Amino acid sequence: MSKYLVNKFLYTVDRDPALVERYRQDAAGTVSRWEQELANTILNCTTDEKSTWLAFTDEERRALREHDHVALFGLGAHPFLTLTLFIAMFGRDHGPLEYQKAYGRALQHLTLPYPDIAT
Amino acid sequence: MATVAAVIASTHHPFYYRASTATGADRPPFADEWVAKIEAFRETLTKARPDILVMVGSDHFHQLWLDNMPQFLVGKAPYFDANWYNEEREFGLPRMTLPGEERLAEHILRNGLDAGFDLAFSNELRIDHSITCPIITLRPEADLPIVPIYTNIFAPPLPRPGRFVELGRTIRQLVESWPIDARLAIIGTGHLSLELGGPRQFGEHGPDPAFDRQAVDWIAGGDLDGCLAEVTLDSLHLPGNATHGFMDFMLMMGVAGAGAKADHVDSLDLFHTMEAYFTWYPNGVPA
Repeated sequence: MSKYLVNKFLYTVDRDPALVERYRQDAAGTVSRWEQELANTILNCTTDEKSTWLAFTDEERRALREHDHVALFGLGAHPFLTLTLFIAMFGRDHGPLEYQKAYGRALQHLTLPYPDIAT
Repeated sequence: MATVAAVIASTHHPFYYRASTATGADRPPFADEWVAKIEAFRETLTKARPDILVMVGSDHFHQLWLDNMPQFLVGKAPYFDANWYNEEREFGLPRMTLPGEERLAEHILRNGLDAGFDLAFSNELRIDHSITCPIITLRPEADLPIVPIYTNIFAPPLPRPGRFVELGRTIRQLVESWPIDARLAIIGTGHLSLELGGPRQFGEHGPDPAFDRQAVDWIAGGDLDGCLAEVTLDSLHLPGNATHGFMDFMLMMGVAGAGAKADHVDSLDLFHTMEAYFTWYPNGVPA
């Protein structure tokens, strides 16, 4: 489990307009490149001061490559980060609030307690 | 000495700005009622004639991140830029720059540390909609200096509800011990029941209207004992997965004081979430 890294992906993509578009259009390519180039970047440090140990699990990588927000919820990704980024990518393809409601319906099978989001 | 001219607790609904400024077919049917309630709420701050605003909110993974996450943080800077790209994108919020009140921030930090709160600080803080929403609703001129205080209601492990109440009590004491002759308002925003990114989001009402009614009663009546007896970190998962933001309302109940009945209480049942607005005048209702 590397919930922190999944959150880091969602967070760094969501705050970068170019990355939002790239992830919308080419999810698999964006995830691969991000994991290779950015996963171990410490956000407040120069690029020479990288971490050495961060990597997705196979299931996390698959969920991100397939834009699978239901699986991300199940893995304990922070739901605010997932929702915000997915609205940015796909809300524009739907009428007002249609995407948000469909997003919730896709999670209707879940009952409390939800997966733990603590990192 | 400083005077607490008003204590205000509010939800922070990022869609208010867009709803209230929309015209024609874009204007939602509930906008006029919402604007009327906000204007009445705004008047409660205006008539308190504040000089400085202490603003309690919570960063939504904008500047504060999981590699370095403070529980409680005070902004001490001459200015605070505000609102972020993803808030412009999703909510249409405008970029803003607010003046800071560094002397009060310094007082809160020094004396807060001495009072048992290991407050983090930031000398360059870009604030987000948890603080700019109440500026937009309550003081749209955005002309008063602020001291922003951020709480972590977002990234577990979180402080427990009682700690938020205690911080609220402490903030009230710190503000009242500031040896400067100024009128202060302490304004904090949180949530009632709220679900984000889960199955109960974006419904006809908030995810738990019964919790919302109970919460409004607790806040309006200053019923800290009743609230603390029922609200725990675990219980807050039940009304909705983002309901831990209610702890900022509990913080504001701590500021207002146990048993303090609010002088202004209003609410508005909207899709997705209930709005709620409270004002207390600890030193009497202004003329």
